[in-house]
Amino acid sequence: MRNLFWISLFFLLTTNFTVLKSAEKEEYLKTNWSFKGIFGKFDRGALQRGYQVYTEVCASCHSMKYLSYRNLAEKGGPEFSEAEAKAIAASFEVTDGPNTDGEMFTRPGKLSDKFVMPYENVEAAKAANGGAYPPDMSVLIKARSGGADYIYSLLQGYVEPPEGTSLDEGVYYNKYMYGKKIKMASPLSDGIVEYSDGTETSIEQMSKDVTTFLMWAAEPHLEARHKMGFKAIVYLIILTILVYFSMKKIWSRVETEV
Amino acid sequence: MSEHEYTPKSKAGKWFNDRLPLLSLANHLTDYPTPKNLNYWWTFGGILTFCLITQIVTGLTLAMHYIAHADMAFDSVEHIMRDVNYGWLIRYIHANGASMFFLAVYIHIFRSLFYGSYKSPREIIWIIGIIIYLLMMAAAFMGYVLPWGQMSFWGATVITNLFSAIPLVGEGIVTWLWGGYSVDNPTLTRFFTLHYLIPFLILGLVVLHIWALHVPGNNNPIGIDIKKPSKDTVPFHPYIVIKDGFALLMFIIVFAFFVFYTPNILGHADNYIEADPLVTPAHIVPEWYLLPFYAILRSVPDKLLGVVAMLSAILILAALPWLDTSKIRSAVFRPLYKQFYWILVADVLILGYVGAMPAEGLYLLIARVATAYYFLHFLVILPVLGFKEKTLPVPMSITEPVLGGSVNMAAARSKESSRN
Repeated sequence: MRNLFWISLFFLLTTNFTVLKSAEKEEYLKTNWSFKGIFGKFDRGALQRGYQVYTEVCASCHSMKYLSYRNLAEKGGPEFSEAEAKAIAASFEVTDGPNTDGEMFTRPGKLSDKFVMPYENVEAAKAANGGAYPPDMSVLIKARSGGADYIYSLLQGYVEPPEGTSLDEGVYYNKYMYGKKIKMASPLSDGIVEYSDGTETSIEQMSKDVTTFLMWAAEPHLEARHKMGFKAIVYLIILTILVYFSMKKIWSRVETEV
Repeated sequence: MSEHEYTPKSKAGKWFNDRLPLLSLANHLTDYPTPKNLNYWWTFGGILTFCLITQIVTGLTLAMHYIAHADMAFDSVEHIMRDVNYGWLIRYIHANGASMFFLAVYIHIFRSLFYGSYKSPREIIWIIGIIIYLLMMAAAFMGYVLPWGQMSFWGATVITNLFSAIPLVGEGIVTWLWGGYSVDNPTLTRFFTLHYLIPFLILGLVVLHIWALHVPGNNNPIGIDIKKPSKDTVPFHPYIVIKDGFALLMFIIVFAFFVFYTPNILGHADNYIEADPLVTPAHIVPEWYLLPFYAILRSVPDKLLGVVAMLSAILILAALPWLDTSKIRSAVFRPLYKQFYWILVADVLILGYVGAMPAEGLYLLIARVATAYYFLHFLVILPVLGFKEKTLPVPMSITEPVLGGSVNMAAARSKESSRN
């Protein structure tokens, strides 16, 4: 009867598989993510380049409200030097106040400031983007079921629509988007940014870099987590082995097996 | 309480113990005679206690940083994840801890079903356990609402709306639950309060659960009454303590793997989108541990009857000691029951699977058949089986094999040791 149990389990798993396949869902593009796996770490260069793509391309519409400029210099992130992070922050105008006269004023950004938002509020963002709100990118990777692979694919998913597809004004065809229609025009084109480290700026490369950056933005402590996880599990395994032998020793006084 | 009177050795100890017998209690707990043939399926009681304490400790820490307000809850969770020292660790332990808690409780419940631990004289232990399980579901559901993501909000809307199925007063009850005319800030703050309260109720019930257990003592894999203490038992300390400890460590390794390497795999991506009352997610699904009941709810076309079916599916368990008419506890000696047991396990897994799928076409059909079978198992198969089934001979004690040497018993033994 246990066989029946395993058979039904097998049945469950396989139907799940076929259902996924039968749905008209594009397989996501795959690439080697530096942050995957037990020892996964962010590729520092990709994070710095990804930040550049974000700030020069995405940031004109997408906010990142949970990040601060100080995060750019923190361990496990893009690890810009503190001077670089300060310079980045200072390149943004931040509204502060009210001052002693009760007036709001602008000043150059500081490390402690949050990333400056492209729009005043959600309504302003919608108004400027044909009614579609460009989602905040702080946790975007975790907020999409395909995660990094999905974002990476989406950025490269702008293809010619199949014959007979009608697209409204301001709507674009993207084969990875839910419903295949998206209100964001293809944001990347070859050479849209210029990398200072000389890396080629193909759409593929920029997609990979900016997705890595978004992954870090969503999980800023990923490296610390992987590191601690390895130590914790090694420690637990050693402890478990010791406890196992203690248990064997203690139970050897009784004839029952443990 | 225990079989022999305990007197502390020291004078001070005796003085204290005469006034508050805590030392007697400690002595009872360490000496507590436990069947020596308990297998690893019996270690989940200790594991569950660990889960409860972990949830309480991490939960208290999170509550120090969390803000229960519709406009700030989501932000405060991100604040915990980014800026609170090791906040990510504490939150991931708490979030995955809920899943691990349910994993352990399901194993614990199905162990009880297999070995007939709910039968006389352990009915009260079982019923307290069912109440704990109900409270766990309430706590987990409300906890899932607190981050105020899309699934939080819409899950809360769907589940609270179930009460509107009650005739006449339904709508009023829903408004009362919400504290307004939709799920909003008052709903969040009361859910937070209750989410904070329930674990302590559970803790109290756990004490009663263990107290009730210590009256008849543990059931065991062969399900016979044993003399306590005797050569069939070992004292709880150190034998069971070390064995539970070993099993707990194995469990924590699995737990740690989820926390450190796939912390979000058991959650839903939509819950990282801030709650938006104007946008409904494509599929509203509860957490995995509630899926079988969600499937039962959706398999009934009528809303009220669906709710009744879902609640009955849980409450029927409380009547189990009387629905199961067999005098034999352990499935080891019940060849037919053993088969129906595994069919039930498969049935619940199937329900869980279709609960995650859209309620349409083939999925709906499977859900209906599986729901019908679930009730059939408890209401028809179990009562009838007790009268019809030809059970195998049961041994007299754990140490002495059954008269005439049962083949099945040897098989059971080898199975137990292969697990060990």
